[in-house]
Amino acid sequence: MTNPILQIHNATLTIEGRQLWSELNLDVAPGEFIAVIGSNGSGKTSLLKAILGQLKLDSGEIKLDGEPIGLGNSNIGYIPQQRALEEASDVLVSDLVRFGLAGHKLGFFLPSIKAKKKVIEALRCADAEDFASRSFGKLSGGEQQRVRIAQAIVSEPKLLLCDEPLSALDMQQQQIVSTLIKREAKEHETAVLFVTHDVNPVLDMVDRVLYLANGRFSIGSPDEVLTSEMLTKLYGTPVDVLRNQGRIVVVGATDHDHHPGEVWH
Amino acid sequence: MPIFDFTDYALLLQLVLPSLLVALVLGVLGGLLSTVVIHRDSSFAVHGISELSFAGAAVFLLIGLDVVLGATVGSMLAALIIGISSTRSRSRNSMTAVLMPFGLGIGILALSLYPGRASSKFSLLTGSIVSIGDTKAITLLVISILILIALLFTWRRMLFASVDPQVAQARGVSLRIQSVIFMILLGLAIAVCIQVVGALLVLSLLVTPAAAAMRVTSSQFVGPLLAVLFAVTAAVGGMLLSLGSFLPVSPFITTVSFAIYIICFIIQKINQRNVNA
Repeated sequence: MTNPILQIHNATLTIEGRQLWSELNLDVAPGEFIAVIGSNGSGKTSLLKAILGQLKLDSGEIKLDGEPIGLGNSNIGYIPQQRALEEASDVLVSDLVRFGLAGHKLGFFLPSIKAKKKVIEALRCADAEDFASRSFGKLSGGEQQRVRIAQAIVSEPKLLLCDEPLSALDMQQQQIVSTLIKREAKEHETAVLFVTHDVNPVLDMVDRVLYLANGRFSIGSPDEVLTSEMLTKLYGTPVDVLRNQGRIVVVGATDHDHHPGEVWH
Repeated sequence: MPIFDFTDYALLLQLVLPSLLVALVLGVLGGLLSTVVIHRDSSFAVHGISELSFAGAAVFLLIGLDVVLGATVGSMLAALIIGISSTRSRSRNSMTAVLMPFGLGIGILALSLYPGRASSKFSLLTGSIVSIGDTKAITLLVISILILIALLFTWRRMLFASVDPQVAQARGVSLRIQSVIFMILLGLAIAVCIQVVGALLVLSLLVTPAAAAMRVTSSQFVGPLLAVLFAVTAAVGGMLLSLGSFLPVSPFITTVSFAIYIICFIIQKINQRNVNA
């Protein structure tokens, strides 16, 4: 492997007395696309928060580009779940993308040709340049996620963290959005950690899968990890992985909270 | 007796120059701050804090201390309680609704016990900038300019945290710190506003200008500038109108502010119709 962009070594995370995962080891190469999957409460989103420096590990360390991670890093782009902006949906798309460039800095916003060029370029990469002068709140869910991609890549990050970016989208939009993220990973050598509860929309794009369950984890290609044997071992209860027309369905996997088997479809 | 009488206008103008300056700076401040207020969905908090600010001013008036200081103490307490208690709009609203009648009650109690002139009691609720003396005007100016500088310093981060909190947090912006900074600046601004338009009418300077601006633009550059223009027009224009009248300044400010909002509302509807057509 070339020099990994993200290194997670022996990481253990406990939240409110519950160990989400322990001794987690993961090296992510530039341009690598990794899907992070697992049941609700298995610590997928918490993994992203730990990488963003928002959650402190109990032990172990996370390094980005060889440096220990801290709070706020312009080498990391973040794509949230699609949902209406609570506070104000009445924001210009180009302004929202510009926040991704330097919104965390102090001072006043001034019109800038250089910033505008970068914003337009990022929107172009996300096939969203037509939305630049529209209100974010008036876009469809899929269009909003394309703007989110532009916002995340405008600072030219080396790592993209995607937190359920496809949920609440229809299948066609899921395809469009995930393809755009994959294209970004390829063209700019951006590593991608893609948290999703359904692996199917990104199954042909992922290089590796990180499966989290019951405080344990498994890493490997989809064919290595998404098997009945591997998941049965991971969950400690019988789990069936069914493959049908290129789609994967996991049957019998229980959430941590012991809901009846969560089924992907 | 006519409502307007503009004889001796030049002489009056000289007398109220300090008050006009306060109105001008307050307009700039109100335009910018109202933008953040709308983005953070905090209109109700503005109203609640102004009642507590009124209570502080009334209590200080009763015990013979400085009214501006009292207003500041009251609004800062309220702002910090609301700001620290929650960054989320829903629990912030219930907290505000609990604090508001309590503050108003204390204020009314203090005013009932106050033996002085009735007009100074009334002005805390409905405002009267013309009664502001020169020293008080300078105090208000200094506070307003300090708030303005602080707001401009943190402007970009404040907008990011207000408009897009989730991604802002991912980029290392502390939502809690921004929330507390916002509440401190808001509390101070309300304490100043109360001296001018009174506790009941603060919303016309700290909410209406940006609410009007956002009817006609979504831009993060044009919007705040437009809100500043609206707020300055309302504050300074309202005061200039009131000089030729025996009526207090606040109805003029609130009417101008409201008229601007109505115009923006109509423009928005026309724009929407054109888009749909």
